[in-house]
Amino acid sequence: MNLFEIVDQIEKIDPEIHERLNPRRAAIKNITSFGSKVALAAMPFALGSLFKKAYGAAPANVVEVLNFALTLEYLEAEYYNQGTAKNVIPAANASYIAYITRDENNHVKFLQTVIAQLGGTAISKPAIDLSGGNGSGTGPYASALTDYATFLTVAQAFEDTGVRAYKGQAGALKGNQTVLTAALSIHAVEARHAAAIRQLRHDLGATTVKPWIVSSAGKGNDTGVAGVDGNYAGEENTTHLGINLAGAGAIGTVSASFDEPLSYDQVVALLVGTFLVKK
Amino acid sequence: MKTESNVITGGANMARRSFLRYAGASAATVAVLGAASCKKDRAVGGGTDVGSGDIGILNLAYALEQLEAAFYIQVVATPYSGMSSVELSYFTDIRDHEVIHRDFFKTALGTSAIKSLTPDFSSITFGDRKAVLTAAKTFEDLGVRAYNSVGYLIQDVNYLLVAGKIVSVEARHAATISNLLSSGSFVADDQVDANGLNKTISVAEVLSAANSYLSTKITANSF
Repeated sequence: MNLFEIVDQIEKIDPEIHERLNPRRAAIKNITSFGSKVALAAMPFALGSLFKKAYGAAPANVVEVLNFALTLEYLEAEYYNQGTAKNVIPAANASYIAYITRDENNHVKFLQTVIAQLGGTAISKPAIDLSGGNGSGTGPYASALTDYATFLTVAQAFEDTGVRAYKGQAGALKGNQTVLTAALSIHAVEARHAAAIRQLRHDLGATTVKPWIVSSAGKGNDTGVAGVDGNYAGEENTTHLGINLAGAGAIGTVSASFDEPLSYDQVVALLVGTFLVKK
Repeated sequence: MKTESNVITGGANMARRSFLRYAGASAATVAVLGAASCKKDRAVGGGTDVGSGDIGILNLAYALEQLEAAFYIQVVATPYSGMSSVELSYFTDIRDHEVIHRDFFKTALGTSAIKSLTPDFSSITFGDRKAVLTAAKTFEDLGVRAYNSVGYLIQDVNYLLVAGKIVSVEARHAATISNLLSSGSFVADDQVDANGLNKTISVAEVLSAANSYLSTKITANSF
């Protein structure tokens, strides 16, 4: 996507674009450096925000972010609801999973409510294939609802991915006390879930699994399942605000100190056509 | 066992000097941070003020990370009796994460950083498991709420992203510690509300909680 082409095209349709955008022209000029720092997927939202403000319309971008979050919550809630219905969870872990199930369903309801309050339309629940098979039901994770170890592994990937996806949208909600604070508050709860799931895996015998993501050099994924490499891509990063912390300790320790974001495009690429059925 | 020793400048398994040597190479790229604030360590009412704007928020985070790092350095240095190997490995990891966070903020803030704070852990009995886990839960829950609650005040998306990168790690710590203290309490209603959202906190409450463990008090008069 070439942002400058878009501005040029709008200029042809709306010669007064620069007048309208005038207070924000500096922001447009700076958009290249901005883009290099912000997750790419936030760009449509960020650009949308810019134009919405310029034209004084409703902040539809916030609703888009929330609908994106809602999609993830539908998926997570479905996963735990089905896991519970299929009795894959042993009694000893039932309370842990029940709390998580409760939270994910509450997130769905909460986001639907907030979207409605903002005057938006909450998307409806998408077609979901928990096997990761794009509707076939025979994807690589088909055993997740019958084998508890697999159930926890996939749950861990979902939770860690959820944390990353929320993080990737924070910039698009910058300055919005209500919505950003709510999104960050869900983000933290997803991280609590991720840590708890990882503790359960550890206690079940996966003794190298920590409550935090312990990446190795060149590989973010610490689940032991190669199929979710993409969900952890970039977690091994050790540079933040231009400061490279690689020398501050072992790669696993340094990278575990910071969780990394996933862009909208990355999340879509990971989930659509696998867990979210592509029409 | 109680302690009031200043362990905050201790370096865990990572010497400050070696950290700065690695971080310093690219520190120039963040030197711009220093230009945004020329007021630091203002002695208002005897406290160290964090400053204003994004610098103030980052300094507030730096203060909390100093506190957490000092606490876990002490926990690992003087383990309570009966600390399991899993617990020790978790505490060691968390200590290292917090030290990295602390030193990261110090480097990022450069000349705008508040000074090194002196903790006061005299209310914590480090020899007692429950006392240590309770204090750890207090620090982690405080950190999670604080980062979440001041996020909207951050103007620069890069700083917002960094805060997001750190807060989820703090939330992982919080859940882990909470489960060690009481199995299954990782999303209990003391921290998570009926909508499934982590609860928030005011800046005044953050300061009050942090200052109860600090000899050097901090203020945030701009917030």
